[in-house]
Amino acid sequence: MTNALAGVVFVPMAALFAVILLPSRYSRAVAIAGLLLWPIFLIPLTAMVRAEGAVTLALGNWPVPLGIGWRVDGLTVVTLWLNAAVALAGTVRAAGFFDPERHGARTYWPLWLLLVTATNAALVSADLFNLYVGLELITLVSVALIATADNVPALRAAMRYLLLGMLGSLFYLLGVGMVYGQTGSLALAVPAGGAALDSTALVLMLTGLMVKAAVFPLHVWLPDSYGQAPGPVGALLAAVAGKVALVALWRIWFLFAPDDTALPWLIGALGSAAVVYGSLAAMVQTRLKRVVAYSSVAQVGFLLMVVPLASPAAFQGAGFHLLVHGFAKAAMFLAAANILIALGTDAVGRLSGLDKRMPLEAFTLALAGVTLVGLPPTGGFIGKWKLLEVAWQQAGWAWLITILLSGLLSAAYVFRILAMTCFHPRHSGSRAVPRKPPLAASLAALLLALCGVVIGMFPGPVLRLLALAAPGGVS
Amino acid sequence: MTAELYVFAAAAVFGIGVHGLLIARHLMRKLLAVNLMLSAVFLLLLLFSTPIGGKPDPIPQALVLTGIVIAVSSTAFALALMVRLFRLSGRATLPRFEPDDD
Amino acid sequence: MTTPWLNQALPLAVVLVSVVAAVIIFAAGEERRLLRIVVNLVAAGIKFALVVWIGLTVLAGNAPEFRYEILPGQELVLHADALSILFASLSALLWLVTTIYAIAYLERSPNRARFFGFFSLCVTSTMGISMAGNLFTFFLFYELLTLTTWPLVVHSGTPQALAAGRSYLRYTLTGGVLFLAGVLWLYGLAGSVEFTPGGTLSGLGEEYAIQLRVIFVLLVAGMGVKAALVPLHGWLPVAMVAPAPVSALLHAVAVVKAGAFALIRLVEDVYGFELMCELGLQLPLMLLAATTIVFGSVRALQQSSIKRRLAYSTVSQVSYIVLGIATGGLLATAGGMVHLVNQGIMKITLFFCAGVFGLALGVNRVKELDGMGYRAPWTSACFSIAAIGMIGVPPVAGFVTKWYLGSGALAVGQPWVVAVLITSALLNAMYFLPLLKRIWLVRPAPGAGPAEYLGRIEHVALVGSAVVTASLSVAIALLAAHRLSPLSWVLRIASEYFP
Repeated sequence: MTNALAGVVFVPMAALFAVILLPSRYSRAVAIAGLLLWPIFLIPLTAMVRAEGAVTLALGNWPVPLGIGWRVDGLTVVTLWLNAAVALAGTVRAAGFFDPERHGARTYWPLWLLLVTATNAALVSADLFNLYVGLELITLVSVALIATADNVPALRAAMRYLLLGMLGSLFYLLGVGMVYGQTGSLALAVPAGGAALDSTALVLMLTGLMVKAAVFPLHVWLPDSYGQAPGPVGALLAAVAGKVALVALWRIWFLFAPDDTALPWLIGALGSAAVVYGSLAAMVQTRLKRVVAYSSVAQVGFLLMVVPLASPAAFQGAGFHLLVHGFAKAAMFLAAANILIALGTDAVGRLSGLDKRMPLEAFTLALAGVTLVGLPPTGGFIGKWKLLEVAWQQAGWAWLITILLSGLLSAAYVFRILAMTCFHPRHSGSRAVPRKPPLAASLAALLLALCGVVIGMFPGPVLRLLALAAPGGVS
Repeated sequence: MTAELYVFAAAAVFGIGVHGLLIARHLMRKLLAVNLMLSAVFLLLLLFSTPIGGKPDPIPQALVLTGIVIAVSSTAFALALMVRLFRLSGRATLPRFEPDDD
Repeated sequence: MTTPWLNQALPLAVVLVSVVAAVIIFAAGEERRLLRIVVNLVAAGIKFALVVWIGLTVLAGNAPEFRYEILPGQELVLHADALSILFASLSALLWLVTTIYAIAYLERSPNRARFFGFFSLCVTSTMGISMAGNLFTFFLFYELLTLTTWPLVVHSGTPQALAAGRSYLRYTLTGGVLFLAGVLWLYGLAGSVEFTPGGTLSGLGEEYAIQLRVIFVLLVAGMGVKAALVPLHGWLPVAMVAPAPVSALLHAVAVVKAGAFALIRLVEDVYGFELMCELGLQLPLMLLAATTIVFGSVRALQQSSIKRRLAYSTVSQVSYIVLGIATGGLLATAGGMVHLVNQGIMKITLFFCAGVFGLALGVNRVKELDGMGYRAPWTSACFSIAAIGMIGVPPVAGFVTKWYLGSGALAVGQPWVVAVLITSALLNAMYFLPLLKRIWLVRPAPGAGPAEYLGRIEHVALVGSAVVTASLSVAIALLAAHRLSPLSWVLRIASEYFP
């Protein structure tokens, strides 16, 4: 049964090797096959998690810490499903864009598969070190994918990301070393003896993770990188790959956090600042992709609210929010990619009349945008409500206000986009759509956005799954 | 005594690295600076290993080895990026403030 | 009359009918005009029939209810009681009429698919609001209303429309945040807040009094934005740039009435009238309503644009509802509730006529109304009927409201309310009578021709809608004693709260 867990990482890896070894005309087909195959393993995995709470696996039966140990709990499963959905949706877009004859295809498909593999591997890590390797892999592959755009702004963005990523890694690594020195163990578990960790180690690890998760003010690499990421790359990066560091941050926090109250406050304050800064910046961007990128900065800040509100219910709310926002953000990036490819520009000012020219994309943006704002009846509202409940119960007024405000601030940039694209009278823009995206690509984006909305109407199963992800618990 | 010496050395190297990263304009120097910082971190990691019953502790060494591998691949990749950037833009530096792309 | 399954399905069906309609309309695209017209009319008809059906069920003593647990500990509840039927039937009926009007009005306009799609979704929201059985569900549909009405406000895409849209969002979303904060707080204090006559909060002890007061203020603020209570009314006059069917809908049926309905629910079913008085909130609420009534009327006097004058009139009139609810007692509460219907029908008539004036005659300003009686007799007649109804002259519906409000206020010993009512009536006269004078007693300017319509059907549809609603407003008053008249219905409702 634990083969399911292994399959989650090894199947995309196998597909990766197949793509590298086989002639390039097979790359697309093999990649699609691999990406369709691995989610199948999630079905028994989900069932097992629901039954037992968590699933663990030690590769090759080598004991931890020398061996590689993997662990899947409710939150992991939810994030894996998100990864599957977004990767597939992105692949639909990529399939149309990166057909085997095209020049970039040789590098693109292996990288895409490697990103999925790395993300999965990082998500299922059960100890700090595997997490480190996984995170590094994600960073390297993300940089490579951004660099495939092969133009100066993209390369600069990639370079910045790489340098900052390396910086983040070394902080994290130092923290990991200190954890080992202090506790003698690297497991992602409550330290034996229950003694809280030295806060230096914790701060180091958290700093490293915050760089990778793009927490304000260490977010500076994100807008350029996501803004320049070609095609569907931005979708996968924003929705999942970028969130791995955040999930890691959550886990480490819940496992190792000290009892004093200064640090949660600081992190919460950074989160609030991120929400405000990201939303304000998103309001003034001229390009659609950058609006969505800054929106991600704000979203990361929002998801940090779970730190000061530490509790299982907050974990549930934040996890649900992660899922919903993953859908919405990926949908927006995919739609933006479609628009950019079709119209040659994603400057918001030149997108008027979008609802006539590319109605599916416009609808996707609207649905995803409304989900981001957190208006009922979308999933965004459910996550927000849960966090608000927790904030109220714990009398965390600052966080309550932040959460409430985030909705208003997101509304500002979302409705700005909607107004400028759908309700602007068309001045001189022609109706022409030079390179209409394949219907499948538009539908893929739309479907993701719909997931974000529909899951708001039936949140029960996901919430129950998340409730099993007891923070700090190890089976 | 020895331990303190190593810590001091690591801190010094790290400091040089930070300085280089902040001050240097050329990407090559920034890369070298980051590598210096990484080396310092590896040194510190090794310091955390306490011999278990006389035998050296393998875990920190594994950490460091992996770290070196990752550092090497990242550096190689960064160099390739730098070369490509130079070919396309004629410069191997990152502008101070990235202007908003349009 | 109903099986248990039907009992559950009916409320849900009422809400979902227009969702289906919206999906079909959006998917069909701009070109399928006939399909769109058919879908619109059929859906509106079905919805009205369903509401009538539920109404009869409620009359027979049953209470159709639909529950769905959306979050652990949080249920979505659709529940039809007499008050729901009041609002739902108003919405459904006026949706039908406005649909006919809108089809004709927008005949040559672009983007009709988008318009009617969001139109349908808008009605979904109002149905949800009317049927909501607890505060959480209510909030859900309330926010959905904001979302679905925004595209209607910015429909024409002009800079003014977009600015109006921004203003609308600023007000309603901020109100939504306050509403959410209030709901959250209340749920934290009292658990699930189901709508029950007399409220569920009287069990809370003395120590919560201050919190309850603050929550009340938050909720009133959140609801008051849509209900256009002063000083939260700013979005309403600006939103007049929207096409006439939108103004008609927003002001008669959807947004403003939803806000007023929310306040009714708040006072009667969440807090309960007794508790509200105990907490000392009655007088502030009455004063707020009274201020809005007078302020709205005064501002209306100053407007030279017909639609803006009507907008401020709405601001003023909707607070009659609030005043009636806050005054309390059987008569005043009934007066407030029945004004939900009366004001809706009269105001929609006025907006229908204003739309005709603008579309067929190019008349948007008060001073251009000279001689309208000759140029568009039927429309002018409807306008006049509705106008005198607003002033409160029998035999139009407005008189019923004023009578009950006045007697109710005297019955509970608040005679100053009568003074407010009289002042308001005078002010209403001051801003409506000059219009009527111009329409009927002044010769049209030379060169001002008769109304021009796109075609016979449009002509009939536009003017006919106004005729229908104007006649209704008279019928309501004349047949007020009838068992099924709005007045009888609200007296039944009110007697549950004030036996």
